[in-house]
Amino acid sequence: MLTLQKPHRHVETVIHSEVLIDCRIENLYYGDFRAIRDCDLSIERGKITAFIGPSGCGKSTVLRCMNRMNDLVQGFRIDGQIHFQGQDIYHPSVDPVAVRRHIGMVFQQPNPFAMSIYKNVAFGLKLNRVKDDIPGRVEDALRRAGLWDEVKDKLKSSALALSGGQQQRLCIARAIATEPQVLLMDEPCSALDPIATRRIEELMLQLKERYTIVIVTHNLHQAQRIADKTAFMYVDTSNSSRTGFLVEYADTHRLFNHPQQEYTLQYLRGEFS
Amino acid sequence: MNSPATTTADINTPLNIKWSLRHRSTLVSVGLSGLTYFIAVVACIPLFSVLTMLIWRGGQHLSLRLFTETPPSAFAEGGGFGNAIVGTIVMVGIAALISVPCGIMGAIVLAECGPESRTATIVRFCAKLLTGFPSILAGVFTYASVVLVTGTYSAPAGGIALSILMLPIVMLTAEEAMKSVPRKMREAAYGMGATQTQVIWHVILPTALPSMLTGVMLAVARAAGETAPLLFTALNSNYWIIQDGQQALMEPTASLAVLIYNFSGVPFKNQLELAWAAALVLVLLVLTVNLCGRALADSQKHY
Repeated sequence: MLTLQKPHRHVETVIHSEVLIDCRIENLYYGDFRAIRDCDLSIERGKITAFIGPSGCGKSTVLRCMNRMNDLVQGFRIDGQIHFQGQDIYHPSVDPVAVRRHIGMVFQQPNPFAMSIYKNVAFGLKLNRVKDDIPGRVEDALRRAGLWDEVKDKLKSSALALSGGQQQRLCIARAIATEPQVLLMDEPCSALDPIATRRIEELMLQLKERYTIVIVTHNLHQAQRIADKTAFMYVDTSNSSRTGFLVEYADTHRLFNHPQQEYTLQYLRGEFS
Repeated sequence: MNSPATTTADINTPLNIKWSLRHRSTLVSVGLSGLTYFIAVVACIPLFSVLTMLIWRGGQHLSLRLFTETPPSAFAEGGGFGNAIVGTIVMVGIAALISVPCGIMGAIVLAECGPESRTATIVRFCAKLLTGFPSILAGVFTYASVVLVTGTYSAPAGGIALSILMLPIVMLTAEEAMKSVPRKMREAAYGMGATQTQVIWHVILPTALPSMLTGVMLAVARAAGETAPLLFTALNSNYWIIQDGQQALMEPTASLAVLIYNFSGVPFKNQLELAWAAALVLVLLVLTVNLCGRALADSQKHY
């Protein structure tokens, strides 16, 4: 008995420390439209996981399920569960607002508030009723987002006056100021030039030490450069509908060099229109 | 099919890219541009002629005593309408105190709590109807529901009548202002774990504030100029709201609009001149409030 239980326990603890988000989506609807089917994957703690795939395959939708941002869309419905640290975040007893405080988000378009740079970063602290040492926390978040040296002399000026790349780093600073466990990034570089993109990528590799990052990207090279694991999604256009599904999920190196699925191979070769 | 396009000019003819009125489309374009400028100027004529008239007829009677004295009797000389200025400010103030909170809260329902819901649709429709509501009916309604109940004409009754007219303007402009807050800003706030209350209070209201203030200013300007509702509710008075240390809030109250109405139809020269001066003061008052509101709105932008 003892010898049987011990390994079992051991396995369980390993799984617990590794898997942070366990995503089991059977079907996902917007009204009558089935947007996603069969998307099962596990996000591992402390890694960067990338979602790739053609436009409209539901990468962003899956990402937005992980902190219940889709709840804001009318007609949204999900069959399945998403477990975050072992708790189903779609259970009726779960407050979506509380989920979002643990799982932060950075969007495709930089979206700072129409406030000063300082207030943008302090915003999340205010939401979480953090009272002590707000200036210190703001500085720390801006430093970690690699923005401090550029903005330290103009913290009181409008965030909207910053360049696109700076705005996006400000949004990252704003998201990490409240110390979430996971950072969801929805094509964070698609509105930025290559230099700003490079800086955000470097930033992600630094942030990986403290946060688990999930990123949606259109840029295959970006996924290869930064992601530990990559999920490839594709869209099923049979039955005159467009339903996204997960094709393959593996270590980035393996997915790009030895894809197991025909779809993945064709997509990586650029054989889809 | 693969040959170069032949419809463009021959490569040997000189390139002609100069303006020329010989082309029909250019002629039409220039003509229409001229017409729009002309009509724009024509549209401004009423405003400027009224302003010129007011400054010319009212300006020469402007003096400090207008603001410090009460209206003269029929054959008397001098006098002013300080009590009417105070009355207008007090009643518009009461109206704003009622209509701005109600209007903004209504707008939050319309813009944020299910814009497509049945309630919102009905409320929005009613508000639009109310914008075209005849102001005299607002007066009659308030007369029946406030003046008859309290048994007296009063400043609060006037304020309530004006608030009925201000409410839909405040509400609909505030709704538009909130709707124009970019979706991505809302998403950012929700994405950080803000509740709906926090999103509205910390993001949407501050961002929409400048445009909402514009709506409030519009409503104030309209209310300040209304006469009909006040005839039934505040009536008129030749005394100050606070006189000899006694407040007379629950008494008939003077207002600029009613004073202009009363004095513009009389045969007495002094009172007629006062009516002109009062009209000018009313316009200046509304203008000042507008400019202050604009300046306040600008100072709030982006912070």
